Amino acid sequence: MAKVPVRFTLNGRETALFVDGGANLLDVLRRGAGDLSPKYGCGQGTCGTCTVLVDGEAHLSCLTLAEIIEGRSVSTVSGLSNGPDLHALQTCFMENFAAQCGYCTSGMLMAAKALLDTNPNPTRDEVIEAISGNLCRCTGYEPIIDAILLAAERGQGNRSPSYGSAR
Amino acid sequence: MTWHKGRGFAAINYPIGMNLGGDPSQALVHSTPDGKFMVTLSAIDLGQGMKSVTRQIAAETLGVPIEDVYVDTADSDTGPHDMGSFASRGTHRMGNAVIAAAQEARGVMLEAAAEELEVSASDLETDGKGNIHVKGAPSRSITVMDTALAAQFEQGRTLSGRGIFLVPMSDVDPETGEQTPVSCFAHAAVVLDLQVDDETGDVEVLEVNSAYEVGRALNPKMVEQQLVGGAWMGISHALYETTEPYYPDRKHGPTDFNQYLMPGPGQVVPHHLAILERPAEGAPFGGKGPGEMCANPLLPAVANAVYNAVGVRCDSLPITPEKILRGMQANGGARPQGMNWGA
Repeated sequence: MAKVPVRFTLNGRETALFVDGGANLLDVLRRGAGDLSPKYGCGQGTCGTCTVLVDGEAHLSCLTLAEIIEGRSVSTVSGLSNGPDLHALQTCFMENFAAQCGYCTSGMLMAAKALLDTNPNPTRDEVIEAISGNLCRCTGYEPIIDAILLAAERGQGNRSPSYGSAR
Repeated sequence: MTWHKGRGFAAINYPIGMNLGGDPSQALVHSTPDGKFMVTLSAIDLGQGMKSVTRQIAAETLGVPIEDVYVDTADSDTGPHDMGSFASRGTHRMGNAVIAAAQEARGVMLEAAAEELEVSASDLETDGKGNIHVKGAPSRSITVMDTALAAQFEQGRTLSGRGIFLVPMSDVDPETGEQTPVSCFAHAAVVLDLQVDDETGDVEVLEVNSAYEVGRALNPKMVEQQLVGGAWMGISHALYETTEPYYPDRKHGPTDFNQYLMPGPGQVVPHHLAILERPAEGAPFGGKGPGEMCANPLLPAVANAVYNAVGVRCDSLPITPEKILRGMQANGGARPQGMNWGA
């Protein structure tokens, strides 16, 4: 299959890759760009764990044609933290015990970021709506909803202070 | 169309571990030259928190800060043998193995410190902050790091320990039929409120109230997390999930998440949880662990609540609208079993 050159911004960094024509964005991010933070779940857009932001909007990367990101900006979870400084959403997820196995967390965080970037003070129902395309098997969703509401309350744009990493 | 409210109750005793063929778990603990401790296990953390809990147990037993303990579950090929993370055995089995390994490592650590301080190891104690000192004389002390350095570079010792927790295979007594398949039981009781639409057979869960007895809750926040999340999974099994909706006929089974029903974030209901702590004998620091029990009582509670609401006794899972409607049809309509719902 013919290779297609694609230039885009990945978490603020200029990136250029040759991708297979017809390749999906998730594959290109993971194998091409080496960013393993978006996860492969179902491969058909029903689980949401591959959610990334394209120009600030939540996209299911497994269903997104990689070629359409030419000239656009892609954000993934690996760009959320600033070195050891976690994003407020990550801190709130941690404090609320909003992850167990962690497989849905990448998608949940990006879906939540897409929401808070456009609606900094969402209602509980708006949070539920925003993550309704993301499946979680472990938590029963409530800790995730609470974590997103807490991040909104704290002003999610502010990065939290450095948090010691615990293994 | 009328919504009928129903309330269901269920209580369970839940076995921890299994030893029908012998049930061993091994743990190895060793220090790095700078006095950090590595716990090596082959049982894995699926998200239930086993790494956190075994880390707590190791730090407590060694008498060192939890920040100085690392748990490595990287490779079951090269790690010590373990039966695995299943049968609600993690906290109980791995916890006991880690205690044994950490006790042995602590013994060597105190011997190494005793040699440096020129005292008897039996006169030493740890402060849990990274120091070892003579009982009653905190100034006669050495840090765990200096102890590890001395052991490694001067004494030629490894600060290490081996632990195994083995529950031997339990045979059936030919005289009495008795056997001991499990080590201890955890307990739970659930009251679940729901409503059933008598036109569509739809069920809407309204509220869950539960009490769980898990021995000592070694990490209360993670116990709560597991119980609340697991209850959701129990409700999901009770009402939605199946791979063979017309079992034993395999037809019409779901093949992906489009067809496999699970509740979403919009169906979260209030769950009021009480955790009862009764430290269990023979369990690590009294903790039995919640395990699979987090999901189990929800299923009979849902079935009982559906019966209470419309008088339909479903004896197969999941309790689908179709089964409820067929049941009501057979009964000649909804037959609420009645209860005092208060105001």
